[in-house]
Amino acid sequence: MNTILRWRHVGGMLVGVLATSLGLSWMVLLGTPQTVDKPADAASQSAQVARGAYLARAGDCASCHTLAGGQPLAGGRPIPTPYGTIYTPNITPDMTTGIGTWSAEDFWRAMHDGIDAHGHYLYPAFPFTSFTRLTRQDVDAIYAWLRTVKPVHATRLPNTLSFPYSWRSLMGIWRMLYFDAGTYRPDPTKSAAWNRGAYLVKGLGHCADCHSPRNWLGATRDNSALAGAMIPQQDWYAPNLGTAQGNGLAGWSRQDIIDFLHTGRSTKGIAYGPMAEVVHASLQYLTTADVVAMATYLMQRPSRPTPIHYSRFVPPPVRRAREDHLNSWVVQGHVIYMKHCAACHGKNGEGQLDVYPPLAGNSSILAASPANAIRKVLLGGFAPATQTFPRPYSMPPFIEKLNDHEVALVVTYIRHAWRNRPATDPPLSTVADDTVAKYRSAFTR
Amino acid sequence: MSWSDRRWRLAMAGATVLAWGLVVGTAFAQVPNTLQQRIAACTSCHGKHGQGGHNGFNPRLAGKPALYLYHQLLDFRAGRRHYPMMQHMVRDMPDAYLREIANYFAAQVPVWPAPPPSVMPAAFLRRGQELVEHGDQARKVPACTACHGKRLMGLDLAIPPLLGLPKDYISNQLGAWRGGTRHAMAPDCMATVAARLTPQEVAALAAWLSSQPMPADVKPAPAGSLKLPLKCGDMPQ
Repeated sequence: MNTILRWRHVGGMLVGVLATSLGLSWMVLLGTPQTVDKPADAASQSAQVARGAYLARAGDCASCHTLAGGQPLAGGRPIPTPYGTIYTPNITPDMTTGIGTWSAEDFWRAMHDGIDAHGHYLYPAFPFTSFTRLTRQDVDAIYAWLRTVKPVHATRLPNTLSFPYSWRSLMGIWRMLYFDAGTYRPDPTKSAAWNRGAYLVKGLGHCADCHSPRNWLGATRDNSALAGAMIPQQDWYAPNLGTAQGNGLAGWSRQDIIDFLHTGRSTKGIAYGPMAEVVHASLQYLTTADVVAMATYLMQRPSRPTPIHYSRFVPPPVRRAREDHLNSWVVQGHVIYMKHCAACHGKNGEGQLDVYPPLAGNSSILAASPANAIRKVLLGGFAPATQTFPRPYSMPPFIEKLNDHEVALVVTYIRHAWRNRPATDPPLSTVADDTVAKYRSAFTR
Repeated sequence: MSWSDRRWRLAMAGATVLAWGLVVGTAFAQVPNTLQQRIAACTSCHGKHGQGGHNGFNPRLAGKPALYLYHQLLDFRAGRRHYPMMQHMVRDMPDAYLREIANYFAAQVPVWPAPPPSVMPAAFLRRGQELVEHGDQARKVPACTACHGKRLMGLDLAIPPLLGLPKDYISNQLGAWRGGTRHAMAPDCMATVAARLTPQEVAALAAWLSSQPMPADVKPAPAGSLKLPLKCGDMPQ
């Protein structure tokens, strides 16, 4: 019922915007630069390939376009979405199953316009909404590098999207509503580092694809850019990347951000979940200058308020708690904390250097969503392995040691101990046992 | 430069070194720089010395062949073995670190609890023993001992022991091979063998294996001492 209403809504909107938007999108398409950057000699060609390899690392192409245990870039990794599963395509230069027949122009159109070599609209699971900001020169370098990759014959699995999302041509409407193609335009009032950082964060790094909330049609919006969001279907919360009180980077120094991005470790927190994968596969390989640029931009960009209620991507609920009720949870949670957590994280949540993160004032703990804290307690795991720290320390999983209620107690405790106040409204809240049960069920088989 | 001046400088240098040592010392003293400290995530389920749990999920690791353990970690990482918690743990771990962890557990001296007596009927256990020791030639089921050694303590470097494991763990693993949720490196010889077993036979041999006492010599059979009846991708060529 809901879906039907929504689609009627879209239909109405379509009639309204069709004429003007069609005209506008034609103008956008016609306005794209058509020049191809072709290096003249072998030396500059190999420099272009090397630059492309670096950019592809920074854009983390391989993570989505490689199946665990599969051939690099041959695709096949399932990307779960609320509309069904999308299987990533093979982007090796195989002539029949890969992109071997694509020209530089075709590749540019996919990256810049989100349209493949056959003229089909691509789904925004492929972050063309971010990659559209890349320069032609950078896209051509990535293309040149992809031509040098070993071709792999691997047929793509068909997507399992539900109707009407399976109907690719409807992306035309989505694009009218939510997509503007356009290369990043540097802000002349800002430093070179700020602009480079913005280019990496908003463009190649496509941070918004996890950290920006999505609306009911899966679109991210500029006015809530990087404001924090549940990652669709993964049950991890990508924090608000603002620096204001209650945001994910509140209290972080520029050096903390640099350490975190480059090594996965900082005195403020350690990368875990999907971010650990990003550090491991991509960010650790960036030049210091690029990581510094990203940190510079993140420190100076305007913070956006964290949206708590955001359609289907809303974070799990917390329960309003009366103060006496909350106090009893905190007292019980404290006992569990002292038994299982204090040895590493400290009696006062102070942590130990950059090995065991502090929990007092930790922005992961204070986030509006308790999802990450709950899942971290259940799953534990290793800090990301990087060139700097190839033998990471780890946290034990408590999935077998604590029951749902005990996890809810201890997470409620760390969210309120040591003057911690979660960024929920109201701040006094308890974690629900069934939220813990939901996250547990995905890992017990 | 006077003598006292030099003495003053020496004292200052000494104090600096001492202070520096204290700072660095306390910094590192807080978190032990040991593998055991680093792999708390492993030992919290498998035990400090890899002794394992008495259930179907977190088996003993101590004393198993190092290459076998390393291959299992690679299998979880590549999705050949399915267990969400293990896949979560090793997802982004580099080969060298996984090898180091495998070597650590392989080098631990196992502690053997007396096996629980089986409650299964004697005829059922005899069927299990028969399969373990002789296989079923007619259906091309090789004896377990053909690859896992006469003492069933495995074969260096990559074939695991079958004794000292809970019944549920053994039957879970054979079931996973039959159901296609556990794979080894190709050619996957265990998949071939497991496919030839019936669920009843899996239950029988798991019951017999898990009720056996440990032999006097608990070391795996030396590398190259057995001629394997099947080609196994896990064995180094």
